[in-house]
Amino acid sequence: MHELAVCQALIGQVTDVAQDNKASTVSDIYVSVGPLSGVEAPLLQNAFPIAAAGTVANAATLHLDATPIRVHCEECGAESEVKMNRLVCKECGDWRTTLISGDELMLQRVVLGEINV
Amino acid sequence: MCDTCGCNVTPAADHHAVEVLQGLLAANDHEASHNREHFSRHNVLAINLMSSPGAGKTSLLEATIEALDSDLRIAVIEGDLETENDANRIRKKGVPAIQITTGSACHLDAHMVHHALHELDLDDVDVLFIENVGNLVCPASFDLGQHINVALLSTPEGDDKPAKYPVMFRAADLVLITKSDLLEVLGDFDPVAAERYVRQIANPAPLYNLSAKTGMGMDVWLDWIRREAGSRA
Repeated sequence: MHELAVCQALIGQVTDVAQDNKASTVSDIYVSVGPLSGVEAPLLQNAFPIAAAGTVANAATLHLDATPIRVHCEECGAESEVKMNRLVCKECGDWRTTLISGDELMLQRVVLGEINV
Repeated sequence: MCDTCGCNVTPAADHHAVEVLQGLLAANDHEASHNREHFSRHNVLAINLMSSPGAGKTSLLEATIEALDSDLRIAVIEGDLETENDANRIRKKGVPAIQITTGSACHLDAHMVHHALHELDLDDVDVLFIENVGNLVCPASFDLGQHINVALLSTPEGDDKPAKYPVMFRAADLVLITKSDLLEVLGDFDPVAAERYVRQIANPAPLYNLSAKTGMGMDVWLDWIRREAGSRA
């Protein structure tokens, strides 16, 4: 349910980028979403048209890139790709791991549409 | 080129991409940092309490306020969709409570907490509890400016909640197993299994068993608060 709030924050950032670059529209928005960010990609996608209505992103396409969950083992040093509720090392089984990726919620890139010269 | 006929608008061929690389919640995180600085400047320990609805956050706070009455000055920010009921329960214990009603919003954010802080004099506070909206999903994504996240897991909910809600329990610095007086009656909640599920999401957080109703295990929790508050005074 918090995806609409997240989407509104996204539109705020996209609007700033458009203004900084004197663009009146935006055609594409690229966002990376990790499963551990707590944001569901399909819900974010559904919330997007509602948040984008009447803004520079009104006709933009939202591209969501799902990042894999990867952990680094503090014990054996191995890196593994894991499930979101099992962040243990796949090599040695130890739970003392550090997350390398999988909790991102990041605006990567905005493609501008019409630019006012 | 003029601003009236559209001749100042370049055609689609000139589209270009701008690399941004900014967190989507950057505005919230910025305001959260501001809140955290505000707490630290006033030597206030800020604790964000999160759990599902009905896990016993308000009951825990009532028992905690009573027990710490003579040691620490406590204030509470209450987050609920509707009603001032929880804030009223806290006020009856003689401490300031600011109610945030979120309407349909499923979580508190840094802006709401910032707004509530205008009604609190932090010079008179040692420990500020922020009782988040009862919800094991959304609150985990929003930094409020707290120093510590405490997640409650009540025994009737089942010991596998950390595996079902890994984002929430991964964010917890301390897990309280509440309503532990029901362990015997329920028979199927295993605190050892609950700890195993927390470790499986690579979280080293301690887990304390307690019951706000009977007082069982409360000492460990109260000592933990005194220790954390002492390290920030």
